[in-house]
Amino acid sequence: MSQSTADRTPSERVDVCVVGSGPAGSLVAHRLAKRGHEVVVLEAGECFDRADRLERMERSIRPGHGPLSVWDMGGPRDAYSSPGDRHYPLNQARVKGVGGSTLHWQGMVMRLHESDFEVRSREGVSRDWPIDYEDLRPYYAAAEDALSVSGDADNPFAPPREERFPLPGFPPSYSDSLFAEACERLGVAMHSVPNARNSEARDGESACVGYGTCDPVCPSGAKYDATRHVAKAEAAGVRVLDRVPVQRLEHDRTGERVEAAVYATPDGDTHRQRARAFVVACGGIETPRLLLLSRSETYPDGLANSSGAVGRYFMDHLFVGTGGTLDRRTRQNHVGFLTSECHQFYDDPTRGTEGTDGAVPAADADPSDLGPIKLEFFNYAGPSPVETALGSEEWGDDLLDSLRESYGNGIAMGGLVGQLPRRENYVALDPSTTDDHGNPVPEIHWSLDDRTRKTLRRANEIQERILTELGADIAWQVGPENTGPAFHHMGTTRMGTDPAESVVTPRSRTHDIENCWIAGSSTFVTGGAMNPTLTIAALSLRLADHLDEELEQN
Amino acid sequence: MELTRRDALGALAAAGVAVGTSAAYLATREDGGDGSGGPATDEGENTGTERPAENPIGDHELDVLVAAAEVFYPSDLDGIEPFVTAFVRGRADDRPDHARGVADAVATLDDYARNWHDAGFATLDPEDREAALRGMAVDAADADPTGAEDERVRYYVRDELLFALYASPTGGELVGLENPQGHPGGTTSYQRGPGP
Repeated sequence: MSQSTADRTPSERVDVCVVGSGPAGSLVAHRLAKRGHEVVVLEAGECFDRADRLERMERSIRPGHGPLSVWDMGGPRDAYSSPGDRHYPLNQARVKGVGGSTLHWQGMVMRLHESDFEVRSREGVSRDWPIDYEDLRPYYAAAEDALSVSGDADNPFAPPREERFPLPGFPPSYSDSLFAEACERLGVAMHSVPNARNSEARDGESACVGYGTCDPVCPSGAKYDATRHVAKAEAAGVRVLDRVPVQRLEHDRTGERVEAAVYATPDGDTHRQRARAFVVACGGIETPRLLLLSRSETYPDGLANSSGAVGRYFMDHLFVGTGGTLDRRTRQNHVGFLTSECHQFYDDPTRGTEGTDGAVPAADADPSDLGPIKLEFFNYAGPSPVETALGSEEWGDDLLDSLRESYGNGIAMGGLVGQLPRRENYVALDPSTTDDHGNPVPEIHWSLDDRTRKTLRRANEIQERILTELGADIAWQVGPENTGPAFHHMGTTRMGTDPAESVVTPRSRTHDIENCWIAGSSTFVTGGAMNPTLTIAALSLRLADHLDEELEQN
Repeated sequence: MELTRRDALGALAAAGVAVGTSAAYLATREDGGDGSGGPATDEGENTGTERPAENPIGDHELDVLVAAAEVFYPSDLDGIEPFVTAFVRGRADDRPDHARGVADAVATLDDYARNWHDAGFATLDPEDREAALRGMAVDAADADPTGAEDERVRYYVRDELLFALYASPTGGELVGLENPQGHPGGTTSYQRGPGP
């Protein structure tokens, strides 16, 4: 764990100041420290005590504690606004603290597909990334190693890979075997899921012990979180300060370089951390916010924002799900992670399939009308008995009877649908509301377009077809009318070669400011429909290599 | 079905209590369990069963909690008294603030029983205990550790005891789930099909 010190004064002679200690910031800090650079990490939130995790888990299960209490989110520090028709529940799944939102995440780690980097070329919409899968491929392998990914190379739809996963994948669940029968009849492929979760002891942490509460808290530490790389970074000499929210980045007189990160301390002091280079790694919301808060006379629209793209092109993945009950026991809620998915409809969501005794019909649409679809087979469908018990008005034998009735036959599929970047989805500053330091809070503008709705509908069709084939009594569906975000904040400081329409270069450095770099999903040009953290990690490791080169050259 | 040492240890582990402490407590009890496995039990240690000065959970509080558990738990469950005692007392050692909340809620429940049923809660027959709990609206209250009396009794007594039970292996098995949410029951049971 972090040895965050009570001394929160700035360090002297720092090479790199990293803002944020989530997976992006901690991986960058660790890699640069190993190369011999002096690194300071400034983290807005606190360093949580590992010993408190079981208590946090209990809060996540028991009524009487709001969901934000699990990681002490909420209040003036985390205020935000979300105008418009579609509210964005920002604080539901982010954590401010050492380790960032990996303390809360589910731990699914897939590589983006080759197609995700070439959306413009392939479909004529949006933009291509300025880098491709091959550029990122070695870093994906390094990221899988860093995150101790458990996986099996049985996914015929995944992009090419040479290496085995660092750990063997988790075996399929009993309910996967039920799905497999129906999927075979329909010609739908099932395959394993790469998990940032130890299937065997590795990296100083045990194998998963099955608490079943991965999201929002893993008490055992078997699920990867960025505190591992914070600890490694500290061991390599990095200084990590917690509870020091950076208020703004200040540039020099020329406007070409950031000179200092101005941060506040819990006792009300303000300090300036100077460094040769700065890496902003605060996530897809706080990163653009910090750049916008760093406006100056030279840069009245915010730092690194000559393109006007800072905060723009905000994207998320949309949840899509269908579920109900079977006339058989399905053995759900033993673990809190997935063991099977289907990426068959990812590159071409319109495609049909044909199996031994049935089919999923092709969609009546052009492939470019739909975005990618990732399908998931749940291991936690239906109610969790302990949560049902605590929420009930019954007790004794009546309660047990109700639990036996409600638990046992749940079955469900989930999934993610991709959303293209659109300028009208953006993160701005809301000057009418300020946080605990008097700074305007983030204002999130988020909406769905027709393409996304059509894709959600298509995903629902496929899920319905599979569950019907399985014989399920479908009881609920999450689709175009009631979908919600997966809390994957992407696109708000996008990467590109043209400084007029992008914020960072292909090397992840800002176009405008020569010593300011950005790590994280805010640099994604498009987001596909894969959970983003492995790509965040790969880009961060790549950024560290580029920054190391520049530091060596200068 | 019987609650065992494994259940108490599991519930304590889920609640964040160092297993060595609770195992040592269980080891002091003749009826502590069935020896059917679970973490090592540190048989050599003996921390005694006396209440530490800072531990607000004494024999009276335990009597009330066991009496409440007999209402809240299914009727064919055995081993309630050692299970509740191990869970509540082991947890109190590690989380004294929480234990004070439990003790205060127990006192509230006991006062209610004396006012409305003319006797302490633990001495009431099961029907009157049930009536007292419903009279306080513990069935319908929202759990809130800092709320009104009924909300605190709901949180610190009812939910405390039901969390202990249904996050334990035996509680899960009552429902058909050997590894309930909150219990570190490993990664094999999810792969198994239903029994015969």
